[in-house]
Amino acid sequence: MPLVDGFSFDLTVIWAFLIALAVLIYVVLDGFDLGLGILFAAERHRGDRDVMMNSVAPVWDGNETWLVLGGGGLFAAFPLAYSLILPALYAPIIAMLLALIFRGVAFEFRWRTDRWRWVWDIAFIGGSLVAAFSQGVALGGLLQGIEIDKAARIYSGGWWDWLTPFSVTVGVAVVVGYMLLGATWLVMKTSGPLQERMRARAWPLGVATIGFIGVVSLWTPFLQEGYYNRWFSDWRIVLAALVALAVLGIAAAMFRSLTVHRHEYRPFVLALALFVLCFGGLGMSMFPYIVPTEVTIWEAAAPRASQIFMLVGAAVLLPIILAYTAYAYWVFRGKVDADTGYH
Amino acid sequence: MLGSFDAVLLARIQFAFTVSFHFLFPAFTIGLASYLAVLNALWLKTRDHKYLDLFRYWVKIFALAFAMGVVSGIVMSYQFGTNWSVFSDKAGPVIGAPMAYEVLSAFFLEAGFLGIMLFGREKVGDALHMAACAAVALGTFFSAFWIISVNSWMHTPAGFEIDAATGQFLPTDFWQVIFNPSFPYRLAHTVTAAYLTTAFIVGGVAAFHLLRRRRRGEETSPATRTMFSMAMWMAAIFAPVQIGLGDAHGLNTLEYQPQKVMAMEGHYESHEGGAPLYLFGIPNDETQTLDYAFGIPKLSSLILKHDLNAPLAGLDTIPDEDQPPVAIVFWSFRIMVALGFAMLGIGLWSLWARWRGRLYDTPWLHRAALVMAPSGLIAVIAGWITTEVGRQPFTVYNMLRTVDSVAPLAAPAVGASLVAFIVIYFAVFGAGTFYILRLMSRPPVFDEPRLGDSAKGPIRTAGITPAPQEARRHPAAMKPGE
Ligand code: HDD
Ligand code: HEM
Ligand code: HEM
Repeated sequence: MPLVDGFSFDLTVIWAFLIALAVLIYVVLDGFDLGLGILFAAERHRGDRDVMMNSVAPVWDGNETWLVLGGGGLFAAFPLAYSLILPALYAPIIAMLLALIFRGVAFEFRWRTDRWRWVWDIAFIGGSLVAAFSQGVALGGLLQGIEIDKAARIYSGGWWDWLTPFSVTVGVAVVVGYMLLGATWLVMKTSGPLQERMRARAWPLGVATIGFIGVVSLWTPFLQEGYYNRWFSDWRIVLAALVALAVLGIAAAMFRSLTVHRHEYRPFVLALALFVLCFGGLGMSMFPYIVPTEVTIWEAAAPRASQIFMLVGAAVLLPIILAYTAYAYWVFRGKVDADTGYH
Repeated sequence: MLGSFDAVLLARIQFAFTVSFHFLFPAFTIGLASYLAVLNALWLKTRDHKYLDLFRYWVKIFALAFAMGVVSGIVMSYQFGTNWSVFSDKAGPVIGAPMAYEVLSAFFLEAGFLGIMLFGREKVGDALHMAACAAVALGTFFSAFWIISVNSWMHTPAGFEIDAATGQFLPTDFWQVIFNPSFPYRLAHTVTAAYLTTAFIVGGVAAFHLLRRRRRGEETSPATRTMFSMAMWMAAIFAPVQIGLGDAHGLNTLEYQPQKVMAMEGHYESHEGGAPLYLFGIPNDETQTLDYAFGIPKLSSLILKHDLNAPLAGLDTIPDEDQPPVAIVFWSFRIMVALGFAMLGIGLWSLWARWRGRLYDTPWLHRAALVMAPSGLIAVIAGWITTEVGRQPFTVYNMLRTVDSVAPLAAPAVGASLVAFIVIYFAVFGAGTFYILRLMSRPPVFDEPRLGDSAKGPIRTAGITPAPQEARRHPAAMKPGE
């Protein structure tokens, strides 16, 4: 089935955009949390671990709420897509949920015991790793397409359909990308030897991230003909080349900022930019499908009455949410360190 | 082949298990968030140090319970899709919007201000910190508002039409959807339940320390006594309110979901001239009789119809395939009601003791309060089981059957995830409960260390807390023990 071209700018598109935005915000915010959790494994020193955890402790709950908005928003605005995608990705989603339990409680439990602290450290690392990997696998599983019974409006594939070399590759890619976000976040939030180690780690992680972006980008167009045409037919190839150039440009700036200028904030911002760009590319591949390449956003959309009712709430509440979230980050701005907390 | 029946059953068990676990935490944190806001306000107003100590004591417990509530809640929001995808597709256009409002108006509010509430007092100052405490408490209430609205809609659906082509529920009037007939009753009853749950936990902890002090012949601290007194006021005021609300809720249910009330009452048979209130009996769905029944004649008619001789229809008027499983509903309802009256008893007893000036010197009252500490949690779960099992065999009452709601699931996949949920929930939340109990086993002390300070080292960071810079401790002022 060819991908549809051209669209009218309507409520459904707005909702697709809003949900994509929620997922993007989730990915970058919880991305550095989870990446930091994975990097925990390499820092054995108790004080360093305390610092790392404290750098996200006041904000992780808010970060994770964007995941709830992504899921809840999909349910509300595109119920059909929600009910096709979730059963199709049953195993990775359940794994992600369980992993997030371990990761989330570790923030609190870790401080409540000395003897068992190592258990919650492992829970933190393992939870972050499995959650990141499952999210990547789920993304890969969605991109490669899922089998549905359109008349019955149900998922009709098997229980292991999501597991392919492609989805596993995307899983690893997400793990590596999150680690890059985590490392650059810590360059920003810490000082001294810990910061130096993170600076050193960000380098190879950046290279690996770029490598994976390349692999996944080249692989995706060959998954389905629609994607191929999307990127490589006629003038579009120019766009593809531009996106590739932009990725490389940002990457180069990030490396320079990390090593030559030794900036503190900028590497993180540039790593975020890398993610935003990839996400845009992803949207470019998928749009206007929400279940590639079976169901478009219009086919899955909730009725107009629901869309309008929710849009009123989103228009009023989202700016407020963004404002107080920014305020919370502002309150806890600056460097953390083990003994004196925030300066 | 493992039939779809097994998958449905497993999916139901999984949903019931995870949602029951989830609800244990909000039932406690909804009340505790308000309690903390009140304590903080009292501290700011009176500058009596005991309120600050109590705030710091309970905020540590709150942080643990809240984290567990959040992670178990995230599971819930995805389970609708993984296990009940057909339900999600059909009901999504109606209930999706209120659930999205819950995320936007409640979850972000809680999460956004939680960090400031827990560790921000020194950073933002008293006024903003107080605002953050209030925002978190308000967030928990909004959360209850929206999710109870959604759940009530499943019991008493309103404001929708059915799309002939897709079978979806389409909203015609969101006002009616949100304020559906059972919603006000369910919301009031559930929020009151959360306050009672918290009151009895707080009261139980206080009673424990009163008893221990007494056994050791030591004097109790003002903080502990205040805690007990506040909890007992809550019990005395809200237990009768809750019974009244429960009664009103039941009458509403009789109007909209008669077969649920029949199951709660154990009325298999119709009663022409006044139905008895069964206190005991063994429901038998096979023979459609209540075996070994023991009841008070005509009382049920009096409660439900306010008339001793009013006729009441029984399950014999309901087709078999539309009947809920009676035994579960019958017994869980009795557990809830019994606990409700026990709470009332404690409340009255405390008033009596207070009036005689012996609130802190009545060991038997303290023992009773200690035993009743988990009563709210048990009553809440019993209440939900009554409600939800009584709705069976429908997910959307009279409109959509449970068997027609389930995702195209393979029994082995649901079975495997169910086992994983059970093992992990008991391990993780078991550990969390242990940490909470350990915190509770220590009495609140003068100049209670705040959530950041750990036992060792003067200004160590701990918890999600960045260590407060000016963690002034008053070692000199610290009284031994308490
Ligand atoms: C502390 C908790 C607590 C206590 C002491 C009580 N309840 Fe309750 N009850 C709940 C907590 C609860 C609940 C968990 O909040 C439920 C489950 C769903 C709901 O709407 O509220 C509930 C449901 C519920 C229902 C089912 C309504 C329906 O779904 O159709 C009825 C009829 C009552 N209650 C009645 C009572 C009565 C007569 C009580 C007093 C003696 C009582 N409850 C005490
Ligand atoms: C938080 C407290 C809740 C508890 C303890 C609870 C308990 C239960 C139980 C025991 C069942 C199984 C009934 C059976 O299989 O016989 C069930 C089913 C279900 N409940 Fe609830 N429930 C709660 C809240 C909710 C809410 C807020 C919603 C909706 C928003 C909801 C929606 C459902 C659905 C969709 C099912 C599955 C279908 C079914 O078996 O009825 N529940 N719940
Ligand atoms: C099946 C139904 C339910 C779903 C899908 C659900 C979903 C969620 C989610 C996703 C969270 C985490 C929010 C965050 O990230 O901060 C959460 C927490 C919470 N939920 Fe639920 N929930 C359900 C039932 C209930 C019920 C019945 C109540 C109250 C009456 C409730 C009250 C709360 C509260 C107060 C919190 C904040 C955390 C806490 O206090 O422990 N939920 N819920």
